[in-house]
This record gives sequence, structure tokens and C-alpha cells, in this order.
Amino acid sequence: MQTQFSLNGAPHAADAPPETLLSEYLRDHLGLTGTHIGCETSQCGACNVLVDGDSAKACTLLVATLDGAAVTTIEGLGTPEALHPMQAAFKTSHALQCGFCTPGMVIAGIAIARRHGPQVSTETIRHELEGNLCRCTGYQNIVEAIGNGAKAMQGEPVGAPAPAQKETA
Amino acid sequence: MTPFDLKRPLSLADARSAFAGDAAWLAGGHTLIPAMKSRLRVVETLVDLALIPGLDTIAVEGDHLVIGAMATHAAVAASPVVQQAIPGLAGLALLIGDPQVRNRGTLGGSVANNDPAADYPAALLALDATIETSHGSHAADDFFQGMFATALADDELITAVRFRIPLASAYAKHRHPASRYALAGVYVAKFADGVRVAVTGATTAVTRWPEAEAAISVGISLDGLALTSSDLASDIHAGSGFRAHLAGVMLRQAAGAVA
Repeated sequence: MQTQFSLNGAPHAADAPPETLLSEYLRDHLGLTGTHIGCETSQCGACNVLVDGDSAKACTLLVATLDGAAVTTIEGLGTPEALHPMQAAFKTSHALQCGFCTPGMVIAGIAIARRHGPQVSTETIRHELEGNLCRCTGYQNIVEAIGNGAKAMQGEPVGAPAPAQKETA
Repeated sequence: MTPFDLKRPLSLADARSAFAGDAAWLAGGHTLIPAMKSRLRVVETLVDLALIPGLDTIAVEGDHLVIGAMATHAAVAASPVVQQAIPGLAGLALLIGDPQVRNRGTLGGSVANNDPAADYPAALLALDATIETSHGSHAADDFFQGMFATALADDELITAVRFRIPLASAYAKHRHPASRYALAGVYVAKFADGVRVAVTGATTAVTRWPEAEAAISVGISLDGLALTSSDLASDIHAGSGFRAHLAGVMLRQAAGAVA
């Protein structure tokens, strides 16, 4: 099935069977193995990517439904020389042990920062990390990193991109 | 996943004609896709509703709040219209799953699935909602028919839910710490003509709680009130006695918030 979407800022044409999950497409078809598959049951958040600027679980999205979407994976955030501010915050706070959950945590952290801005509270970060599991249980530093990353992302607009949703009172 | 055909219709009429054979509607997919991955559910045709315009609108119409079936939990939680009309409902949406689930999961999907521990069914029952579908409409009191069972025909599609705007309402939920589903959730809604209380998670299917409605209506104390039902749920997460007790605690929290 033909699907066109933006992947890490570049136009991408996918041709994959309808049952193809975004997580397996990224890893097995494109070799973008930064998107991790932890539970594969929509629980752990290791496969989080940004879809149209907000976080989503790549293991629960069909590639064929992404026509016109903008997908950003961990590979699209920064480079080793020029890390995304949230990646840099994770490095500075040593917010990882084994690193398996880290890509999903960074993506979730960016979404939290965009929703709540640079002054996001620790309580909010903890509440909104409920969809990300770290089995090293290193949450303390992850929460600290997301707080610092949110401050470092100050230049970015607060709030997710406007949803396609219409509201009338 | 077992292979299937994917249809992406642009209108309700096309969606209905695309729904043929062993088919399923795809809304947010956050229950259906995991079920398909584990082969609890196998379909020949998946009909994606994402491209049909007008299914995610949120609006107040007279004394009702009307929310399109494809409105995501995140959209409901963040909607100023919902926050103003029925703040308890916006609060409920914010307690579903996690941010990634709320970004994709939809009102219609949750209602059609009728998971016995889902949150929205309790809100629909307590808020005396009407479920609008491709075939007509259903009163919430008639719609939920037991665990995962609803009044929907196989090819019937929810288009919107019409909530009666209450004087006040609130939802209290004790979440399972891993799944975020309700071990017990209670929605209390006060209307000029009475009080409606619905409970989810504690029983094997969403249900009204007549004793709680009567107690709040006449203003007697809710202290010590626990859920009595022949359909209390019991599983590895919580026994029936604990759930009955939790339902009472959630009732007092929700009732306290609307007092």
C-alpha cells in the first residue's frame, strides 16, 4: 500500500502491506533502529515517535494510515555533534542506565515540554510519564532531565500543533 | 498481524459500503490494533474512519454537549467547550491511559468497545447520554448490555455522543497502576430532576448505582456505603470485596466534588 508522509523532515514514500506497524517499518524496512520495541502491547512507550508534533506509540500505528503526517523519530531530533536540547538534558542528568527506554522517554519529554512549557512541574512530568516504563527504575534522573530539557527548549512554541479539530460553542 | 484490506473512505456513505464481510471500524486503534496483534481479533477488512470530515467536532447544542466519535481523549480533555460545559467529563478524559493513548484513542472507540473497566461508559450512563449512530440513536441506558456488549449492530457506526449537561458532575477513579484502567470508577451527575450515578471497573459491566443515587438525592450520609451487586468483578488485580469497598470510596470522592 502506497503512503506518503514526512519522515524526519524529508518526504517519504512508503510501500508496505496494510498490516505493517510503524515500529516494524522504521526498524525492519528503513533500519531506523532508534525506535525501540519493548512490550509491543502499547504499554511501555519505548517506541514513541512524534506524529504531527505529538507523541504516539509507533507499535500501535499502521503505516498506511499516516498519509500526509509528519513523523519524527529519535534519529530526526539531533546529531551526536548537535543534540536536541532534550537529548542534551538526558546526557547531562545521566538520565539513563541501560538506555533501552531512552528514545521513548526523550520523545515523551519533548511532548511534555511542548504541552506545558519551560516551567512544567515535577508532578506533571511524573503524571505524564505514565506511558513510559524504565525497568532500570531510573525515573529520578529522567524526571530531572525532562524538567531541564523543557527549560532548554524555551524557544519552542508551547502547546502541540493545532489539532485538526473544530470547536464551536 | 494477519493480513487484511485497509479502506480509507472519505464519507460516511463510502464507509458503510466499504464495510463488508468480516470487517471492523478503525477509530484510534488503541484497543483494536493490540487485539489484532495478539490475534484476539482477526479481520478481513479494516475501515479507517480518520478521513471522514466532521466526526471530531465538539459543540454545545442547547442543553447538550455533543462530541464527535473521532474526538480523541486529548482533544476532549483540552477542549475549552468541554471544560466549560461538563468539566467532570474533561477531567475523566485526562485520566484515560497515558498521553500517547490519549493522543490517539477516541470517544467512539471506547464506547463501542465497552470494556468493563473503561471510563467513558460510566460518563455516558451518568450523563444520560444519547449515542448517535449511522443507523439512528440509542439511549445510554439501553446501549450498554454487559461486558464488551452494546446495542450496536455489526455494521453500525457511532458518529457522536450527546451528553446532557448537568448542574454539576464529577468522576473519581482508582486506577490500576500499570494498565491505568479503573479498578473502580464512579461518575456522579446532578440534574435538576435527579441524580445519576454510574460505576465502572468494579462490576463485570458498567452499571447505574441506584442506592447511591437515592442516598445523594435525599441527602443521607454515604459513609460506609459499599457497592452491592451480584456482578462484582474479581481477578488477579483485585477481589470483589476490595472493589466493592473502592467503589464506595470513589463514590464519596465524586459526590464530595459535586456537593
